[in-house]
Amino acid sequence: MTLRSLLTSILAGGVAAISLASSAVAAPLKVDTGKSTVSAVFKQLNVPVEAKFKKFAAQIDFDSAKPDAAKAGVDIDIASFDLGDAEYNKEVLKKEWFNAAQFPKASFVSSSIKAAAGAPAGTKYDVAGKLTIKGKTADVHFPLAVKKDGGSLVFDGAVPIKRLSFNIGEGEWKDTGMVADEVTIKFHVVTAP
Amino acid sequence: MERYTKPAILLHWLIALLIIAAFSLGLTMVNIPGLTPTKLKYFSWHKWLGVTVLALACLRLLWRLTHAAPAYPAQMPRWQQSAAHALHGLLYILIFAIPISGYFYSLAAGVPVVYLGLYPLPVFIDPNPELKPLLKLVHYWLNMTLLAAFCLHVLAALKHQFIDRDGVLKRILP
Repeated sequence: MTLRSLLTSILAGGVAAISLASSAVAAPLKVDTGKSTVSAVFKQLNVPVEAKFKKFAAQIDFDSAKPDAAKAGVDIDIASFDLGDAEYNKEVLKKEWFNAAQFPKASFVSSSIKAAAGAPAGTKYDVAGKLTIKGKTADVHFPLAVKKDGGSLVFDGAVPIKRLSFNIGEGEWKDTGMVADEVTIKFHVVTAP
Repeated sequence: MERYTKPAILLHWLIALLIIAAFSLGLTMVNIPGLTPTKLKYFSWHKWLGVTVLALACLRLLWRLTHAAPAYPAQMPRWQQSAAHALHGLLYILIFAIPISGYFYSLAAGVPVVYLGLYPLPVFIDPNPELKPLLKLVHYWLNMTLLAAFCLHVLAALKHQFIDRDGVLKRILP
């Protein structure tokens, strides 16, 4: 065995051991989709409107004792976006908005979850991650609030994004006087006890 | 013949013009297919007009309650006077009921009203998908009632002017 291959196998073993350890600490939690919501809040002519994504899947590995090992991911079914009007729901799936035919899913993957400074332990975290919508990926940062509700954990947060950096609203819809560039993605995720 | 007071005349014509604008805009906007910036703009303008009508209607009612309307000509038949009172009563009800039904329809649809795009107005109810189609229907039929009442109102005014020639219309002319 060469020195190089020996080093490689030691390294590989080490990585395997670390990932095994972290998965033992932070077990994936089951998300109660009936109680959880993901929505987008946008402003059209200064009127705040909130619309829900009715179908999404969230994967959360979280142990408040070891937040650094926590991981979160969300997959959102774009076609489930509900503006409360069947005609509008069809419109926003078109090319100039979400282009759902080509990009049926939006996703978020966390890259770091750190306890927020100054907050009581286990209640507030700073989350960074990558958000992909309409085939475009951007780095996002947002505060995450966690609380215990009986046997469940409740995760709340609001992710500020700019819709134009994801090409959401092309052509005449680029006008931010009509629909503001700033959009907030709000989530409320409840885990099953 | 005695005329309406100046503020009453002003409020009458101002509200009439705003209602005609809101009514036409309402019919136009709902016939724009799909979703366009123009459609969204028209919806907002329609709501601003409606809220303005409601505010002016409040002022007008207060003014009317504190200032009697000029009497009808003595030769006008009793039934016609009663009919005129009833029709005016209905018009008063509608200039309140229509903007209020539209306001609640918008709230039920999850779209609060931001007056002139600047002032967020109170949100009395949460978005309500069950109530929304009902309020839409109420808003529509109140408007159709208004259209019918408006036609009668104009026809009656023209009859007074050109058939009876009794000067009733002059009481409200600017």
